[in-house]
Amino acid sequence: MARRGKLILQMAAVSVVALLIALFAWQLATKEQARGLTAALKRGETPPAPAFTLDRLAGDGEVSLASLRGKAVVLNFWASWCEPCKEESPRLESAWQRYRDQGVIFVGIDVNDFRGDARKFVERYGLTYPILHDGQGSTIGRYGVTGFPETWFVGRNGNLVGARIQGPVKDSELNEYIRRALAES
Amino acid sequence: MRRALVLVLVAAAVVVVPAYGSEEHPTLADLGNEVICPTCHTTIDQSSSPIALRMKAFIRERIGAGDTKSEIKDKLVAQFGEGVLAAPPKSGFNLLAWLLPLVGAGVGAAVLAVLARRWRHGKPESPEPGPSSNGRAAITPDLDRRVDEELARFDA
Repeated sequence: MARRGKLILQMAAVSVVALLIALFAWQLATKEQARGLTAALKRGETPPAPAFTLDRLAGDGEVSLASLRGKAVVLNFWASWCEPCKEESPRLESAWQRYRDQGVIFVGIDVNDFRGDARKFVERYGLTYPILHDGQGSTIGRYGVTGFPETWFVGRNGNLVGARIQGPVKDSELNEYIRRALAES
Repeated sequence: MRRALVLVLVAAAVVVVPAYGSEEHPTLADLGNEVICPTCHTTIDQSSSPIALRMKAFIRERIGAGDTKSEIKDKLVAQFGEGVLAAPPKSGFNLLAWLLPLVGAGVGAAVLAVLARRWRHGKPESPEPGPSSNGRAAITPDLDRRVDEELARFDA
């Protein structure tokens, strides 16, 4: 009986250690995946865009990246407390107005932010493209986002294209990478 | 005995009364080390990042509105998820995070107690000969003496 108890204790201890190792490995793999995306884009590859499903900031349902398949997607990570985002927002809205009828969708992901602050920001800058809320920042790990704003481009086939733009995106970058995203099918 | 009881009651009051006050009428300092800044992953009292400053302002606003500590924490969790709390809530799956260290400490203490007892009682002053490693009867002191005598005779 004592031997059986000892065996159970040993198995429990081994399980706990295995669980901790698995958790550590998963964390490393997630970080590596995010690093891998940037490296793959630099090599000219088009890796699959990490999936997500997030609530709309306005509170009317949720949006998944998979549901946007078939369109070129401009993914912009931002927050209301981010100063450069204020400079970038009018440019994004203007580009959205130019491209919205050409099979392109802009998606703003508001990260680590108060919903109320983000709604005021959207109102102040007159943003009309879909804005999703990611208060916990669940997407930034998958994409390896290290600061705001940051912009990624997803082709019609759901793969990332072009480059990862850290800091306010320029018109020339928007034009070039949207063209590439539309070409991916 | 009565004196000891009074001391225990006073000690309990010292611990419980401020905790109750902090729950009903929290200060920024009460919450500053219990809330995590989501971008810098330190508690907000150690951060001056834009979101940490905004969170401090939010906490001040809610304190001014008369919210309790739990209400403020709930509102922060609704915005940023449970990761915003420095310590996991004592409910649901998170309860494991509180219970496992206690269970671990308990198991560790029990194992130590058992080992200590074995060490204390398991070693007799003059150990009786146990079974030998080959499974046969152990050598007795008498047999040991006879072997020594035989070996001495053989050497001579």
